[in-house]
Amino acid sequence: MKSLHARQAPLADTGYQLAVLSQAEAAGAHFPAFAHKLRESGLLPLRPTGLAVMQINVGKMCNQTCRHCHVDAGPDRTEIMTRETMQLCLDALAQTDIPVVDLTGGAPEMNPDFRWLVEQISALGRETIVRCNLTIIVANKKYHDLPEFFAQHRVRVVSSLPHFSAGRTDAQRGEGVFERSIRALKMLNAVGYGVEGSGLSLDLVYNPAGAFMPGSQASLEREFKQRLGREYGIVFNSLLTITNLPVSRFMEYLLETGNYESYMEKLIAAYNPVAAANVMCRSTLSIGWDGQLYDCDFNQQLDLLVASTAPQHIRDFNEAALSERSIVINQHCYGCTAGAGSSCGGATT
Amino acid sequence: MEKSTYYNPADLAKFGNITEWQSEMGNKFFSYYAEVFKDGALSEREKALIALAVAHAVQCPYCIDAYTTDSLQKGADEAQMMEAVHVAAAIKGGAALVHGVQMMNKAKELSM
Repeated sequence: MKSLHARQAPLADTGYQLAVLSQAEAAGAHFPAFAHKLRESGLLPLRPTGLAVMQINVGKMCNQTCRHCHVDAGPDRTEIMTRETMQLCLDALAQTDIPVVDLTGGAPEMNPDFRWLVEQISALGRETIVRCNLTIIVANKKYHDLPEFFAQHRVRVVSSLPHFSAGRTDAQRGEGVFERSIRALKMLNAVGYGVEGSGLSLDLVYNPAGAFMPGSQASLEREFKQRLGREYGIVFNSLLTITNLPVSRFMEYLLETGNYESYMEKLIAAYNPVAAANVMCRSTLSIGWDGQLYDCDFNQQLDLLVASTAPQHIRDFNEAALSERSIVINQHCYGCTAGAGSSCGGATT
Repeated sequence: MEKSTYYNPADLAKFGNITEWQSEMGNKFFSYYAEVFKDGALSEREKALIALAVAHAVQCPYCIDAYTTDSLQKGADEAQMMEAVHVAAAIKGGAALVHGVQMMNKAKELSM
């Protein structure tokens, strides 16, 4: 499977995606505007609550081409963050007390300066999260020592594993991904990740493999722990449930399978004002591979920059101006506010 | 326009409307229903699979729709869902077959 970008599919154009999200018949009485829902909840304009996480997307290159990927990442994507842009991120970080830096991609490890960046963040005394797709660890010999490298820098590893069965995992992420993910998880466990008392944190991420929302995070975590423990001897810390947002390749899947309308209806029916108050964009700054600033990784993939009242590139970083901004919202935001809520840290309520 | 079927998938979302004509009983039913499906001695996933099996046994298209979605949301996979349907089938088939004993008893009673 190729990315939307490589296929020159209509949805590779973010303007087209935004048009689908706000199409006339869907934006009327049938699909109420997200802004209207926020206003009813007393949350419009949506404001930041403080800067707790700097999320850096270090590139769209990935060794996998998952069907639900909102980044449209894949082996054919060449966008990659340079060391110069990384340095701008580090300069901004040093000006603040932001405690957590969340590295994402693509497969962030495929950026040639990835290890250098982790070392610099570590030197600044901040916690590093790496969104590791697991298979990258076993994809090539040069990545086999990643578990040791992560452990050396006390990196918190957050890894996608859509399901404890091979069938459901491979349906979303590609043939053979489950088997390779299990091998990688065993390598992470072997250096102490997820092992009680090690201090090395390994969290798994559950994205539903289809047009439905995630169930209870606590209940799914118990199920994953039991099944992965019993069948493979694998341990991990927490399971984070993340709702798929109707963006990019997941939007393509929804449209192709005739599930788009009913999925939007599900998200809207499940709108939760408490989840809306806890959305991750209120405490996160998202930085694109080219240094541009966004309210979240989903807005980044839709080319929705932070409001123009704030700096829009990391070279102009200004924490005070960013904290005063209004967060940019659109119809896809229903995904983060449905049910128990969804964020990069899992359920929010 | 005449409907081509008694069942309409859109009616599933209107299930809650049954309280309009008898709110007290309807609300009591939904309160009980919500309590039944909470995590308890059985996990939410196990309960969803039981509901899926029962939905097939009682042949309720609304319930099959709802509990297929719910089972997926609760983390069940295709193999678990199909095994649940086989449990329903085994009980339904067994229920018919076990009455064969009654048939045999009666036949023996009437036969020389």
